[in-house]
Amino acid sequence: MTRSARRTRTLRTAAAGAVALLALGACSSSSSDGSSSSGPDSSASSSPRPSGTVTVFAAASLKESFTTLGKEFERQHPGTEVAFNFGGSDTLAASITAGAPADVFAAASARTMATVTDGKDAAGTPVAFARNQLEIATLPGNPDRISSLKDLTKPGLKVVLCDKAVPCGAAAQKALGASHLELTPVSYEQDVRSALTKVELKEADAAVVYKTDVKAAGGRVQGVEFPESAEALNDYSITLLKNAPNAAAAKAFVELVTSAEGQQVLTRAGFLKP
Amino acid sequence: MTEVDRARTVVPESGARRARALGGVPLPLLLPALVGLAFLLLPLLALLIRAPWRSLPQQLTSAEVWQALQLSLVSATAATAVSLVLGVPLAWLLARTDFPGRGLVRALVTLPLVLPPVVGGVALLLALGRGGVVGQWLDAWFGITLPFTTAGVVVAEAFVAMPFLVISVEGTLRAADPRYEEAATTLGASRFTAFRRVTLPLIAPGIAAGAVLAWARALGEFGATITFAGNFPGRTQTMPLAVYLALQNDPAAAIALSLVLLTVSIAVLAGLRDRWMTAST
Repeated sequence: MTRSARRTRTLRTAAAGAVALLALGACSSSSSDGSSSSGPDSSASSSPRPSGTVTVFAAASLKESFTTLGKEFERQHPGTEVAFNFGGSDTLAASITAGAPADVFAAASARTMATVTDGKDAAGTPVAFARNQLEIATLPGNPDRISSLKDLTKPGLKVVLCDKAVPCGAAAQKALGASHLELTPVSYEQDVRSALTKVELKEADAAVVYKTDVKAAGGRVQGVEFPESAEALNDYSITLLKNAPNAAAAKAFVELVTSAEGQQVLTRAGFLKP
Repeated sequence: MTEVDRARTVVPESGARRARALGGVPLPLLLPALVGLAFLLLPLLALLIRAPWRSLPQQLTSAEVWQALQLSLVSATAATAVSLVLGVPLAWLLARTDFPGRGLVRALVTLPLVLPPVVGGVALLLALGRGGVVGQWLDAWFGITLPFTTAGVVVAEAFVAMPFLVISVEGTLRAADPRYEEAATTLGASRFTAFRRVTLPLIAPGIAAGAVLAWARALGEFGATITFAGNFPGRTQTMPLAVYLALQNDPAAAIALSLVLLTVSIAVLAGLRDRWMTAST
């Protein structure tokens, strides 16, 4: 009868495994809940002193400056850790309204922020903290001698734009519309960094991206300013989220971004004051 | 092969006999099997439940949907054709010849299976892009640039889908008895004639299965396509790209597009199964 005993044992183990798997799946959505209180003094949300992990969903264009600010935050508040999720503002907004566990959302446009505030997922009113201006990114040395937005419509030139669904694409369309230009790109990229990459890899001759992206790319692309970009400034805003697992630390992070120190970091990256 | 054939026809019968006596299935197998089935079907079911049925007709009549669907079907079929032309000989080489480093070559062939498709797309750009290792010569000598073109979509899809075909065909070749080919060559056929007249008919079911697998993979390809070929409606925007971008601001449209892709792939796969698979077993 040892055989059948072994069989029931195997069965039990398998069942336990299945239950564990199910449990794992069930709690993955609230996993940052656990990690947020994993700091040394986890008095969590009620305590004003920030601790634990603060999860920040931020627009892709904020990558460099927010990473700098995140390190600064961790230095100022020992025991904290800032976890970033950089991506297209629309994707981030969609995942927040779908229940992604995040503490802070920083969007690259008013429209994407509205998705979150309309969904009643924001706590309080979003704060504007920066503005970003479009710029043309060309190949190093500008071999095609692009000097204006109109030059991008030259035949034979391979231009990439962001898709209209993402803020940089919407802004580019606005600038083109303001100057009554028809531009047929070779591709509508899914976010600003993909558009920039196409120029960095020399696959496209030019892209309409943000000033900050041109700056972040260093010498791999050359920036060309164009006056129409003033018509299509993007307003960046940041908000604490309603279901923030770590509200105390999140609040402190928002304060850092809007502080004089935070503004300095953003200005250095090429952002304009709000 | 006749033996293999017989073995294959036996399998469904015995499966049917087992299925009738479901009580005899050991619970440690049945339980995870059912959980697995539910796990695979639930998301599809959710897609159907949450589908915007009322606005569906209006969503589906938009020209952009048909454009994307047409492009998807054409490019996936072309990618499958490329995979067949290049992949079957490659599979034959791996299964029927012996050369140093064959194991390594096989591992490299299957690399696109594990490579994140986006990385595959970047790799393709570095190789075949306008400034790429090979691409710069294509551009300079022939004036061919692949990125941002429909041909680029086919290249990206074939890169991701071909390994499926190679693995499937190689497996069939290894299972097939090489003595038939040997007999053909001893009777005076050249090795190529033996391949064409004996091996190909012998492994046709495996090739068909591999082609279907590759086609399905190419149809759903997203990462390599958007990275290598970009996204432009009618030229490089396939269904998965359209779904992804629709998801950003119009989830209902994205669900509608997904339903179309789902319906078409089920129809095609079911159709092929009836025509090829059952005919071959």
